[in-house]
Amino acid sequence: MPNTLTSPVYVVQDNIDTDQIIPAQYLTLVPTIAEEYEKLGSYAQIGLPDSLYPVRFVPEGETKTPFKIVIAGRNYGCGSSREHAPIALGAAGVEAVIAESFARIFFRNCVATGELYPYDAKERLCEKVKTGDIATLDFDADTLTVGGTTYSLKPLGAARPVIDAGGVFNYARKSGMIASKG
Amino acid sequence: MTLTEKLLARAGGQAHVAPGDNVWVNVDVLMTHDVCGPGTIGVFQREFGRDAKVWDKQKVVIIPDHYIFTADSMSNRNVDILRDFVREQGLPYFYDVIDDPNGHWHFDASKGQLKQQWKGNYTGVCHTTLPWKGHLRPGEVLVGTDSHTCMAGAFNQFATGIGNTDGGFVLGTGKILLKVPETMRFYLEGEMSAGVMAKDVILHVIGEIGFDGATYRAMQWEGPGVNAMNMDDRMTIANMAIEAGGKNGIFPYDEKTGEYVRERIAENGTKSEFEPVEVDREQSFSYDKTFDLSKLEPTVACHPDPGQRKTARELKDVTLDRAYIGSCTGGKTSDFLAFARVVKGHTVKIDTFGVPATTKVVHELKETMWDGLSVWSILENAGVRMTENASCAACLGGPVDTFGRMNTPMKCISATNRNFPGRMGHKESQVFLASPYTVAASALTGKITDPRDYVG
Ligand code: SF4
Repeated sequence: MPNTLTSPVYVVQDNIDTDQIIPAQYLTLVPTIAEEYEKLGSYAQIGLPDSLYPVRFVPEGETKTPFKIVIAGRNYGCGSSREHAPIALGAAGVEAVIAESFARIFFRNCVATGELYPYDAKERLCEKVKTGDIATLDFDADTLTVGGTTYSLKPLGAARPVIDAGGVFNYARKSGMIASKG
Repeated sequence: MTLTEKLLARAGGQAHVAPGDNVWVNVDVLMTHDVCGPGTIGVFQREFGRDAKVWDKQKVVIIPDHYIFTADSMSNRNVDILRDFVREQGLPYFYDVIDDPNGHWHFDASKGQLKQQWKGNYTGVCHTTLPWKGHLRPGEVLVGTDSHTCMAGAFNQFATGIGNTDGGFVLGTGKILLKVPETMRFYLEGEMSAGVMAKDVILHVIGEIGFDGATYRAMQWEGPGVNAMNMDDRMTIANMAIEAGGKNGIFPYDEKTGEYVRERIAENGTKSEFEPVEVDREQSFSYDKTFDLSKLEPTVACHPDPGQRKTARELKDVTLDRAYIGSCTGGKTSDFLAFARVVKGHTVKIDTFGVPATTKVVHELKETMWDGLSVWSILENAGVRMTENASCAACLGGPVDTFGRMNTPMKCISATNRNFPGRMGHKESQVFLASPYTVAASALTGKITDPRDYVG
């Protein structure tokens, strides 16, 4: 894993629930089937109302987003427990979501799947940066730098090695908690 | 310790746990459904091998309920994936929509949405099926790949929603690593006045603490107001713990709980031993507040999240396009009876959809007679579009041909539990959450209406 990531950011506000991250009609896609995983990515955050979010997160007709970092307000990922949500973001190429706070199940699903790094911000970044701003995320220093300003993020703590390993199964095998695959 | 701490300590084989501790607990029941089941099974097979067996057949319950009555071929296929897995594993608890264990499910759109298309063991919405079929026992740990799994907290158990990856892990090992949440206590006193329902209690409380006010925490309900509630009311309240971000909701055990559970276990022949957890004298809470139920008014959560609390009266000028009654929270028999009390002898003014949570609710509404007419007919006569196909339906939007789905931007008042943008279909539509009484009164007028004008 590279220790820094530079990418344009996509900024959303408070209370983005999993229906907006991946609307219910796409839940027929099964994430463990490879082509359906890719498709999930193409629908990431397609449930955001166009009136509030005129820039599409994943451009029409593409499967990947140009925005590898998402900046959010409070309670990102609230609502249903669908793991399709972090998976859709991960499949679209997102590597980190930096939010003022996360809903519990979404955070846990990010860690369990190892799809992306859910960072808690220390301040309300969704009011300080704009969609399209170029940011550099430093995974070791736990900082985000945008336009010359560096914001510090809360370290991921125990979640970090699990995500680094690629999710809870890989982590559990590495640490001997469950048997390695035969 | 609080009820949640006691449950997690017991399931983790520890004498004592405190908030923040991470505990490996033994799971008593894992529930999954057609939306997250195929992915959970996929994770299980990928990680444990194609020939692996689940940790305990008696402890896995699979309930197709979300996208069933739709011609969407992927949805139909997902029910088939569940059936194949159940057959391979020899699982006893699968509430299939067809009765051929080797068959394929196809919804026949030409027969319309209203007439029964299910057969055999089909039950409907998972959270309302679990207690009915004797899968909930006080003192146990239930995990489900659905956020409203917390509804089972009404039965004095620890119940929470998990993702597919955690679900796959549980299928293989029967264990899950849980962080012990802090507990918030909601102490209920006084009696609800006529026209006020359990749904108003939870909408009021979510408005009080905010849509993320219980994030990572347990919501424990106590007090004389709780003792007076029946199990349906407790389920409505426990169901929406997640709407405040809660990890679980939890109720004390009492004789009502015991009687309800024992009856269902006897009917279904499921495991009969259980050991409730009692409320300790010494408990520490991160929040502790008393609510006087007699002061509550019919309450509405406005678009776009369940924390946008207003009283129904304050919203009397809001015009509506649609009304909806259904879901785990609001589609129980008691919910439909309350709804019918209001609309009986009147005609709804806006499109109104009724989706019973379970097939048992369908039967009960057809068998309950008021003045020589079944409640089902009373609802139909009032202009409510009632479907016999119990399921989640438009509660979460679903495929475009889903019964009651909003395919254009409109305003809907709904007895369901969630109203984030796009939840019931079109992403520019608006959903107002309310009790069955309030939804019914509003269906009659076409505006948000305080039901105390009709009941009481
Ligand atoms: S009825 Fe609605 S809230 Fe309940 S399980 Fe189904 S989709 Fe979820």
